[in-house]
Amino acid sequence: MQQLLQGEPCPDQAVNGLMPHLLHQLHAIQQQYRYIPTQQSKQVSETLQLPLAQIESVIDFYSFFTRTPRGQYTLLFSNCTSCGDLALMRELCQLLKVEQGITRTDGLVSIDETSCIGMCDHGASLLINDRVIAHLDSTRLKQIAEYIESKTPLDQWSPELFSINTQIYKKGLLLEQPLEQGSALTAAFKLGSDALIQTLKQSGLRGRGGAGFTTGMKWEFCRQAQGAQHYVVCNADEGEPGTFKDRILLTDHAHELFEGMTVAAYALGAQQGYLYLRGEYRYLVPHIQQVLTERRQQQLLGQNILGQQGFTFDIELVVGAGAYICGEESALLESLEQKRGVPRIRPPFPVTHGYLGQPTVVNNVETFVAAAHIVSKGANWFKAHGTEQSAGSKLLSISGDCTKAGIYEYAFGVTVQQVLDDCGASDAQAVQVGGPSGTLVHRKDFGRQLAFEDLATGGSIMIYGQQRDLLKVVRNFTHFFAHESCGFCTPCRVGTPLLRKYLDKIEAGHGTAYDREEMARLAKLVKKRSHCGLGQTAANPILDLLEHFPHVCEQRLLHQEYEPFFNLDAALETTRQLSHRDDAEAHLA
Amino acid sequence: MNQLLENTLTIDGQVVPFSAGQTIMDAALAAGIYIPHLCHKPELKPHGSCKLCTVDVDGRSMSACTFPASQGMQVANNTPALTEVRKTLVQMLFVEGNHLCPTCDKTGDCTLQALGYHLGMLDGHFPPFYPRREVDASHPDLILDRDRCIMCGLCVRASQQIDGKNVFALSGRGAQNHVIVNSPSGKLGDSDLNKDDLAAHICPVGAILPKNHGHEVPIGRRTFDLHTVAESDIATFNLHKTEHHDD
Amino acid sequence: MMTNKVRVATTSLAGCFGCHMSFLDMDERLVGLLEHVEFDRSPLTDIKHCQPCDIGLVEGGLCNAENVHVLREFRNNCKILIAVGACAINGGVPAMRNHYEVQECLQEAYLNGVGVDNPMIPSDPELPLLLSKVHPLHEVVRVDYYLPGCPPSGDAFYAILSDLLAGREPSLSKTMLHYD
Repeated sequence: MQQLLQGEPCPDQAVNGLMPHLLHQLHAIQQQYRYIPTQQSKQVSETLQLPLAQIESVIDFYSFFTRTPRGQYTLLFSNCTSCGDLALMRELCQLLKVEQGITRTDGLVSIDETSCIGMCDHGASLLINDRVIAHLDSTRLKQIAEYIESKTPLDQWSPELFSINTQIYKKGLLLEQPLEQGSALTAAFKLGSDALIQTLKQSGLRGRGGAGFTTGMKWEFCRQAQGAQHYVVCNADEGEPGTFKDRILLTDHAHELFEGMTVAAYALGAQQGYLYLRGEYRYLVPHIQQVLTERRQQQLLGQNILGQQGFTFDIELVVGAGAYICGEESALLESLEQKRGVPRIRPPFPVTHGYLGQPTVVNNVETFVAAAHIVSKGANWFKAHGTEQSAGSKLLSISGDCTKAGIYEYAFGVTVQQVLDDCGASDAQAVQVGGPSGTLVHRKDFGRQLAFEDLATGGSIMIYGQQRDLLKVVRNFTHFFAHESCGFCTPCRVGTPLLRKYLDKIEAGHGTAYDREEMARLAKLVKKRSHCGLGQTAANPILDLLEHFPHVCEQRLLHQEYEPFFNLDAALETTRQLSHRDDAEAHLA
Repeated sequence: MNQLLENTLTIDGQVVPFSAGQTIMDAALAAGIYIPHLCHKPELKPHGSCKLCTVDVDGRSMSACTFPASQGMQVANNTPALTEVRKTLVQMLFVEGNHLCPTCDKTGDCTLQALGYHLGMLDGHFPPFYPRREVDASHPDLILDRDRCIMCGLCVRASQQIDGKNVFALSGRGAQNHVIVNSPSGKLGDSDLNKDDLAAHICPVGAILPKNHGHEVPIGRRTFDLHTVAESDIATFNLHKTEHHDD
Repeated sequence: MMTNKVRVATTSLAGCFGCHMSFLDMDERLVGLLEHVEFDRSPLTDIKHCQPCDIGLVEGGLCNAENVHVLREFRNNCKILIAVGACAINGGVPAMRNHYEVQECLQEAYLNGVGVDNPMIPSDPELPLLLSKVHPLHEVVRVDYYLPGCPPSGDAFYAILSDLLAGREPSLSKTMLHYD
């Protein structure tokens, strides 16, 4: 396994290395000023010839952009149940005498939380100025605090702090035998576009992001669609909490990914591809850029690829800025188009009206890697593994309460129990399959299979041992969705904060049976009536908890008819202080 | 086969013709069938965000204003379950903003309010958010009161698609969504919005209102005091709190 | 003396008594109503505390500690609690202060406002303390029925009371439903 040391991202390089794009410009400004001054957004509006309101709306949409200065050292602790530990965040806040979300008065440091940063196999983790520090503990926090107080530049910090060494515990179809560079392309040229797409269809490959649309069909629809240009887009916005397998593929198998994208370009007649990388993985940019450069040098990208006359294709990298919704393909395309990541109305689908309104294939990282392997090794090689409806293998990102967190590649059809046995999870009470948007699986259902026809998963497997409070886990997920909702449609924009309100009330021990029923009623509405996949899955954790773990909620309820939504006595605190009163009438029980 | 029979769908059992490219909403409006809606105006590109026009198409939930009509489609529209869903959505919009009808000059002419009446909404039901949003009174003829904004995007689209301007945009994320003004200062007075623009009139609630025209029509004689938002067979509303639906 | 009459209590919390005025707009129908109804705690009777009642009509939202005490007394004593009017249902006009911090409100009223003499924030146990925000009733107690309007019309009061007295599930005709 290649150990990747993250290079200090120099602001100039980071922008110059990447194509001109609103997200990149804003990131550079954020780096320079630690926020986006209004004057700068006006300048960007002029340089990029975009309306000022578009710039402003983008700044306010993506979590990583701010309007008030953050610290010279900006730390964002993951709040995921696997790579987050907010107790450690509070500990560091104390060490550095800084309040969460408020930049220290000397401007040196700011600390806040952020959604899962994909380091779930590395324990508690944080982002510091776009770089990752994992394996956090009190010792590391002290070390970090000292570096910060002494204003030591990040590149002089102990490199050990930044090392990310992901363990691959089980290799299968894709990871076992790396693909020789160019071999899939050579095979593709031999097959020709039609036969290539047929091969993919025969292989039974379905999208690895979780939704599971047949890849060959997607490519075929796109190929058939009329358009001035066709585009190939790789969705590397791996934002589902608990997933980190794309990070490994991008680190160790980037060539295969780009080969898959290039094969797709050949099949569709596309000339331009984009890799949309989540902002949390920005530290991978130099590595990815280097792989792209190598491929250009080897004639695997560029003009007349591998001597194939007229086949021209290249790939640009676009880096996100903290928005889970951009993992939804149409929101991703909006983001590529320098807008807020709001999911589009469908139909039309991206295969006919995608990037810039042109036919576009959007696939997950793993899908492109698998496609490259299939084109090179044949449909039968792939189809021989997995189940009838779920051919091939799946990379799993396993984290949580187990002894061996890391990457596992299984043929589809493996049971949850098998996975748990292999990763050393002996006392699991529940497993969250497919991340918060997936399914909370009860111990009695550990015999279920990981496959599209049973438990579909984009690869996130989060394990919860007996000592975990599942209500806290579900509360964490519910907060996550309320934070990440794009706000486009009513059910999700208003529903997710309301669900958060009900669940907070219940978790705090102030909920009644009535609150539980109201929460369930609302959860069903949000699930059934929301515009996109985010809203349609946001209530899954609550609904799964109520169905499979009813006692977890029940034992937290008050056995009374009604309980207020807010603390009445606390609501008098301000006026008590202002009037200097503390008599009995100045309180409410 | 008869061309007419080929291009038909049914809404609550009624056969409705449509032409290629029409949405369910287009077909329904042409046939005089009312499907509740807030963010939709036929002359503008559909947005599909308010979800008031949610219908069940062959058992699946769809937005009538954006979903293409197709042959033989079975659409459920005016059902008790969908009325409950829509009422809940209106309640959610009410608690999300600061909709204090007695204080608003749009009262009686407000589509959100009229939908509340149409759907038999008696209360906001959920704990109110009481957001603090900015009021913009910088324009000589118009006021922008974000407290009442429901994020329908009608002003955004009217400005872009009809007025040939680009005065408004939706900004922010999640519950922090808000409408912003595309001007150097971000203020309405600094924009090229004119009081005769469609964007100045299209707001279905009281978020964009003309200045200097208060209470010209007395309360009790305004649009929705005299007319319902649509013809409806619901004559009375049960006063009970919301029960449910959607199981 | 025990009677077979239905006991009704009414109160105004953070409201303007407009709903009570509208209640009186039932006019001569009040006479007929009084054959079946007797009033408990209400501004109409000056009874200071609730006995067990059948119906409680509460106007106004919750802006201070006393409002909460009164609301709880109503909830504890009334079999059926009805939130009456815009303020009881969503805070209404008093909730416009939620746009500001309660501190700002007090400072404006007692310290920095125009024409303030002897500026000081009162500290008298006789005065109920303000809640940080104005709240509708349903945030604090269970509410059985809602009668919207600012105010609800006399007809609407009559309709809901007639239904309840007749043992029917109350309903409002479409023309009686309004929020203003």
